[in-house]
Amino acid sequence: MKIEIRYFAWVRERVGAASETLETEAATIADLIAELSALSEGHRHAFSDPEAIRAALDQTLVDMDAPIAGAHEVAFFPPMTGG
Amino acid sequence: MQRVTVQHGPFDPGAILSAFTGLADGAGAVVSFSGITRDLAAHDLVAMEIEHYPGMTEAALEDIRSRAIARFDLIDALVLHRYGRLAPGDPIMMVATAARHRAAAFKGAEFLMDYLKSRAPFWKKEITATGAAWVAAKDDDEAALTRW
Repeated sequence: MKIEIRYFAWVRERVGAASETLETEAATIADLIAELSALSEGHRHAFSDPEAIRAALDQTLVDMDAPIAGAHEVAFFPPMTGG
Repeated sequence: MQRVTVQHGPFDPGAILSAFTGLADGAGAVVSFSGITRDLAAHDLVAMEIEHYPGMTEAALEDIRSRAIARFDLIDALVLHRYGRLAPGDPIMMVATAARHRAAAFKGAEFLMDYLKSRAPFWKKEITATGAAWVAAKDDDEAALTRW
């Protein structure tokens, strides 16, 4: 399936792009991270500490074991620092 | 007036609080909190850059606001947060709550702040004379959610 990936804050900076489209068979967020990590040195750096990564599926926060079937947009970013 | 606002431009916390209070029919208590851009780790802050996730930000704030209203039986609640480049001393965000009694208004405002810090997709970057660095999330911020 084709999925839109978005990156924010230092994840975006390390990947070197704000978004990209990926053709993937990944079943979960964790699977998708493993696949993305292999794409480039920047991706590997961005995802090197899984504890520091948060994910959203169609703009809702999800856990790493969340299934991604049917999703249009997956976003990866660091823990949030608003307020 | 708009109860959830995500904007780049400045805002006047006093004017917003007055308007909010004027609309809070039946309220016996209004609590507000304003956050001001300041030096966090750095002591030579030139600016703060706030990135956010358009679309998800508004949805997350609406969700947090609805939960606060339901949980504390608030008459009304307001959340405003800025993004983009802000100068030290600039108001960065505010929350306001209206309730029949003060305990609910205070608790509702604290709940809004705790959830906003860890569940709304904003990221702060400090720009100093010598470089730029992303602000790290504090363990305390995540731990604060456990009390709710």
